[in-house]
Amino acid sequence: MKVKQISIFLENQSGRLARVTKTLGDHHINIRALSIADTTDFGILRLIVSDPEKAWGVLKEQGYTVSATEIIAVQVPDHPGGLAEILQVLDDCGINIEYMYAFVGRSGNDAVVVFRVENIDRAIELLQQKDVKLLCGKEVYNV
Amino acid sequence: MLWNPEIETMPRHELEKLQVERLRRTVERVYQHVPFYRQKLDEAGIGPAEIRSVADLARLPFTNKQDLRDNYPFGLFAVPKDEIVRVHASSGTTGKMTVVGYTKSDVNTWAEVMARTMACGGVTNKDTVQVAYGYGLFTGGLGAHYGAEKIGAAVIPISGGNTKRQLQIMADFGTTAVACTPSYSLFMAETAAEEGIDLHQLPVRVGFFGAEPWSNAMRREIEEKWGIKAIDIYGLSEVMGPGVASECMVQDGLHVWEDHFMVEVIDPATGEVLPYGEKGELVFTCITKEALPLIRYRTRDISILSNGTCACGRTHLRMHRVMGRTDDMLIIRGVNVFPSQIESVLLEIGETEPHYQLIVDREGNLDDLEIWVEISERLFSDEVRKLEQIEGRIRREIQSTLGISARVKLVEPKTIARSEGKAKRVIDWRDVYSDGNR
Ligand SMILES: [Zn+2]
Repeated sequence: MKVKQISIFLENQSGRLARVTKTLGDHHINIRALSIADTTDFGILRLIVSDPEKAWGVLKEQGYTVSATEIIAVQVPDHPGGLAEILQVLDDCGINIEYMYAFVGRSGNDAVVVFRVENIDRAIELLQQKDVKLLCGKEVYNV
Repeated sequence: MLWNPEIETMPRHELEKLQVERLRRTVERVYQHVPFYRQKLDEAGIGPAEIRSVADLARLPFTNKQDLRDNYPFGLFAVPKDEIVRVHASSGTTGKMTVVGYTKSDVNTWAEVMARTMACGGVTNKDTVQVAYGYGLFTGGLGAHYGAEKIGAAVIPISGGNTKRQLQIMADFGTTAVACTPSYSLFMAETAAEEGIDLHQLPVRVGFFGAEPWSNAMRREIEEKWGIKAIDIYGLSEVMGPGVASECMVQDGLHVWEDHFMVEVIDPATGEVLPYGEKGELVFTCITKEALPLIRYRTRDISILSNGTCACGRTHLRMHRVMGRTDDMLIIRGVNVFPSQIESVLLEIGETEPHYQLIVDREGNLDDLEIWVEISERLFSDEVRKLEQIEGRIRREIQSTLGISARVKLVEPKTIARSEGKAKRVIDWRDVYSDGNR
């Protein structure tokens, strides 16, 4: 139930983001979701893509500093309070969220939110116990 | 391993006797043949006959780089042109070239001191030495070449550059020793990693690194990445080229080959000779050179001298690895800062590659230092908080060791220009201001 996310170090300069997305496009890699965390000097681009292994390889080849991390993708019921319920589950279990972002696409009628947590195995176990719907890598990469 | 045991382990009183004799002969030679020195010695009121002990060295006038430039190209040569068999030159970043010359005997001396240097790292006639210093007017390549050849090692005169081919040859020819600048060795390691070559699988076991200042932490990094012993060697073309001093396998300071070069450390401001253990500018006097015997040449290199017999048995004085240059020295808000100090801090933090650049500027009347550090794979995290922690750690370490505040900026790999020779560590916009170019 783990999903591979690719993170890239980027200087805060115009054109950097465009270059990364062009590289991925040139290699026929689809972007499923993305988020950027930035400071004055640098940013971290986080991506969920159709082929994480390939993306990691081509970006490294281009000289980027890239890392792959495991995250969880949660299907959130599409009604008011849907996300709040899931966050409550995590909070009750004492699971700290490092960061989260929402999916660009949709899976069925439900929204998808991506979480990076400290103890991913425990988080998966607890969420499953509470019947929260998790997506596996394949489901996400091939949305 | 000693190349010349009798000289290298000579008791100090005997060595000093030899030095005084050679120094007197050298002063005689320059007094007779070099008008520049005759005038300077007359002004200082000292002649060859007054040199009776090593202490008299301190009474002689200094020579500096400007003197070489003023007498360009051959004005300081002490032999007629037909005795010169080799000419080298260094193109300084500013001003005229510095030209140096060698007689046949000087070239032999050079090979001798470089042979001692290579023997310091255990090189024998069974070794294959890859010389990746530049050949040409620069003294590095040919200096290392002659030394290795004198030992009887097989020399690969590949010169600098063409890194992929360097690595290929290393593997194919079975190179056991390499000689190049420390930053180039890291550049090679970087290339090897990109090419998927495991340096630990190569037969290289020792490296002779010099021609630019480097830190102990950088040594550890080189030794780790290459799986070799990294020997710090020292030299400068004005005095001889590489081979003026070298570390032994003990790696506790560089032995100055004192039977050829007398060494002092002075206060760069007053010119006063400092005792062993104190930090100052290195000054060398050539006491066997025929073509260009410089008297008390001021190197601008900052170091410390120490005496006492080394664990290797050598009795020659040892100099601390060069800690910076008087002309590299930055004064930031009144504090003396050497790039090598910053490098040490970065490497002590242990997670960064030694690719960094110092950018000095002036905001209003205040000096402003920004340190660019290239992000490395090991350092990178997908959490902003962790990257900011690293920046903070570097900033605090700089503050506590150097007493200055600096801005730290993490930058993408390869942002800082690589050089196959010396790395450019400092960009000082303050100099540009005074020229009105900015
Ligand atoms: Zn020693």
